[in-house]
Amino acid sequence: MAETEKLVFPAQLHQTQDGGIVVSKLDEMINWARSNSLWPLVFGTSCCAIEMMSAADAKYDWSRFGFEVARATPRQADLIIVAGTIVMKMAPVLKRLYDQMPDPKYVIAMGACTISGGPFFYNTYSVVKGVDHVIPVDVYIPGCPPRPEALLHAMITLQEKIKHESYFGKGKEKSK
Amino acid sequence: MTNEEIKQAITTFLPSAAYDETGEFLSILVDGTELRPLMRELRSNLNFDCDYLFCLTCIDWKAHLTMVYHLLSKKHKHTIVVKAKLADVNNPQIETVSDIWRTAEFHEREVYDLFGVKFLNHPDMRRLLLDEEWEGYPLRKNYVDENMIEI
Amino acid sequence: MSLLGEDIVTEEGEFVINIGPQHPSTHGVLHLKVWLDGEIIKKVQPHLGYIHRSIEKMSESLSYRNFIYATSRMDYLSAHINNQACALCVEKGLQVEVPPRAQVIRILMAELTRLSSHQLWWGCTGLDLGAVTPFFYAFREREAILAVMEETCGARLTQNYSVPGGVMYDLHPNFQEHVKDVIKQVKSKFQEYDEILTGNVIFEQRTKGVGYISPEDAVSFGCSGPTARGSGISCDVRKWFPYDGYEKVQFKEIIREGGDCYSRYMVRMEEMKQSAYIIEQLIDNIPEGDFQAKTKMVLKLPKGEFYQRVETARGELGVYIVSDGAASPYRIKYRSPNFSNLSALDHMARGSKIGDLVAIMSTIDLVIPDVDR
Repeated sequence: MAETEKLVFPAQLHQTQDGGIVVSKLDEMINWARSNSLWPLVFGTSCCAIEMMSAADAKYDWSRFGFEVARATPRQADLIIVAGTIVMKMAPVLKRLYDQMPDPKYVIAMGACTISGGPFFYNTYSVVKGVDHVIPVDVYIPGCPPRPEALLHAMITLQEKIKHESYFGKGKEKSK
Repeated sequence: MTNEEIKQAITTFLPSAAYDETGEFLSILVDGTELRPLMRELRSNLNFDCDYLFCLTCIDWKAHLTMVYHLLSKKHKHTIVVKAKLADVNNPQIETVSDIWRTAEFHEREVYDLFGVKFLNHPDMRRLLLDEEWEGYPLRKNYVDENMIEI
Repeated sequence: MSLLGEDIVTEEGEFVINIGPQHPSTHGVLHLKVWLDGEIIKKVQPHLGYIHRSIEKMSESLSYRNFIYATSRMDYLSAHINNQACALCVEKGLQVEVPPRAQVIRILMAELTRLSSHQLWWGCTGLDLGAVTPFFYAFREREAILAVMEETCGARLTQNYSVPGGVMYDLHPNFQEHVKDVIKQVKSKFQEYDEILTGNVIFEQRTKGVGYISPEDAVSFGCSGPTARGSGISCDVRKWFPYDGYEKVQFKEIIREGGDCYSRYMVRMEEMKQSAYIIEQLIDNIPEGDFQAKTKMVLKLPKGEFYQRVETARGELGVYIVSDGAASPYRIKYRSPNFSNLSALDHMARGSKIGDLVAIMSTIDLVIPDVDR
């Protein structure tokens, strides 16, 4: 006799005699696994990096959402949180780091400086006015610096975004 | 030492120096070519004993440039400011003081990077903060950059 | 521009590697080129400019009220002290008298900032040397201090609280009570910090005798703050050139003679206790009165030059304003403490190993945006 239950986990559980069978779509399984274990790269250039470190500490704790392991090398990370202003000397370095990350990779632009240059928009000769001139961005967080809760909200938004991706078929390519 | 004593001692050493006491510290105004002997004297003469160079910068007055050096003596607790005038705006040059105070190595590289002042006999005269291929000296008043969005 | 422009192995058989700009323990975007003979360091060459945001050029087009807030982003861990320095310099030019209440508020905020900056430094020192626990413990206290600041100033990191003439708003009504609670909490943890890291035999072996700089070299390189005080140089600006009411406050200047990483570490640990002591003296004696002196809406400094120095958590910050009478500064120069402290890194690191380089950088306590401005 099959009973179906809808779990928080995106599947349906059919009870059988010796346990159960979990039935789901492969896309949803993959998205669930990817979104709940995003590993960020340790990348912070200026003040927003301190609020990122605060989001990692015990009070705000991003590891509850699966972001526990912050890797130092881009080859093992899936998420780059660009925290801090990007200047023209740093832009090729950021592009190189982004290229070294394996697919699927995601970018969160944290802080006003990464959205549009922030407080350094007028009369500066060396600031890149928005990190989306360099790499494609998934989520933007306004603030100078944004609170750690804002960063957590952005990470959860990214998780929601990933849950709508499709591994098979046309949704696979992210628009660049 | 008081300001009067400093002025008298410097005048015996370098008669062409001028003085400016309108600001907070005593300023000695010299020409760019006379800088190095004065700096040597301020460092090695034990009456001055200026062992701490805490600020080295440049000001662009459009018709000429001025190098400003702020010196402090830890023993006598007096502060002396030395200003050297560079008259040649298109190709400014001055002697380095990085062998007298090691902190000047980085400061002079920064001034070269942002103002274009060449320091003779500096051990490592390269740009510090901007790319090697950057053209122009950004903190000059006549710097033009089409990437800069001005208010 | 290539990050490694020359051959990896030089003619003398030394191996050149890059550390950074993206690296967990460089405290920001610092690119170091290190010449190695096996594991012994022969030369360290810092490459700067990866966060050069042209703050000095930008300030030339901002008004005297606005440019203060760009400096919060320079050394963001002592953001309030940077703002205080700029406000004091403008007040010097305008010859404005700051009311006593505003002076005491600014000192209280400055000492809270210094405490929170040293807490973060302590946590990151542990993290760099491999101990992860201090990081979480330090942030626990830091969050308590930042909650107090947020209540009064409105922001955690870049407070933007000082204005020329005083402070922007009055204190929150619960300020005194919260600060007393926070100080009680912080003081009870100093013993814990000593137990975890200071007395730890691994930590002592990694920091004692490492990164020595002599007093003469420290002065020649322009070092200031705990970097110089760890080598026996007395240089606390709060004692030498007191500002904003510090002459009325009792505290000790902490000096240690060792010159190595351990001495610099001990200087900062003791400074945390002195900051707590200053806060305790002042928290019950905040004078009543105005929190801001009356100034015009558009400020114009008279023609001339003005220099103000303050003691940030890392050393002596100098703000040098050259004015020609207009509503914006003609030239501003920030004499940043980390710029001079970093220039001594090569001297300190020669002859030691790569692991020691990390220990040296963490005890100099660099904040790279302050180096590049």
